[in-house]
Amino acid sequence: MNTLEILFYALSAFAIVSAVMVLISKNPIHSVLWLILVFFAISGHYILLNAQFLAIVNIIVYAGAIMVLFLFVIMLMNVKKDKEPQKQNLIKFIGVIAGGSFLTLLIALVKQTSQLQGKTVLLKEGTIGLIHPLGKALFSDYVVPFEISSVLFLSAMVGAVIIGKK
Amino acid sequence: MPILNYIYLCLTLFSIGVIGVLVRRNAIIVFMCIELMLNAVNLLLVAFSKMYNGAAFANAPTSTIGIDAQIFVFFIMVVAAAEVSVGLAIIVMMYRNTHSVDINFLNRLKN
Repeated sequence: MNTLEILFYALSAFAIVSAVMVLISKNPIHSVLWLILVFFAISGHYILLNAQFLAIVNIIVYAGAIMVLFLFVIMLMNVKKDKEPQKQNLIKFIGVIAGGSFLTLLIALVKQTSQLQGKTVLLKEGTIGLIHPLGKALFSDYVVPFEISSVLFLSAMVGAVIIGKK
Repeated sequence: MPILNYIYLCLTLFSIGVIGVLVRRNAIIVFMCIELMLNAVNLLLVAFSKMYNGAAFANAPTSTIGIDAQIFVFFIMVVAAAEVSVGLAIIVMMYRNTHSVDINFLNRLKN
């Protein structure tokens, strides 16, 4: 087992354990903090795949901006941790069974797909994750969607202000 | 690293997100589980991008095959940021009206 495999399995276990803790934490603030750890683990995976630009953007946008927004909202609302009524145990059990069978179905589907057998992922090499090729592609082939996304941001900002005002 | 390992990891993360949407009643936690599902999809897109690039890497080390997936991931992050700002504004408005973030109160369409 070489270093890359050890890193892959460690990051995967870290991500899955943190994601489970997001689910079972009673306090919403703890859930947000665990979710930030999931995002850091996923950024580690991006670095392992040599997608450096996406790793940095993932940390800045998700862990930096979006989760801070979640924390702001939770602290504004002052949600008591035991105020949230829990679902009945039967409903929880049915939900876990449904999600588990969804996972089993997808894994069985992937296992018998012949195109995916024996394919490998290029780790720590390759240049497409660096900022130079990505910037070239973004501003030549994808310049129209890039400009349209600015309109999307403007409309999201106006919408959030109008909904949040009143 | 086989692509199947990445697929299993991303499917597990996605299913944890699905279970969270099904079992939790706090609207903010449900929203966070949706973010978790988006991130699982992002990781899978980057893994497939490196899979296709790795096939071409042996012949041409500077080939940009597979770069489209990483651009898609960038746009998914852009759209997720816009979606979160509007969604959290909706949750704050719902809290102001009902003084709760319990999604079971939002059943007025039922009758």
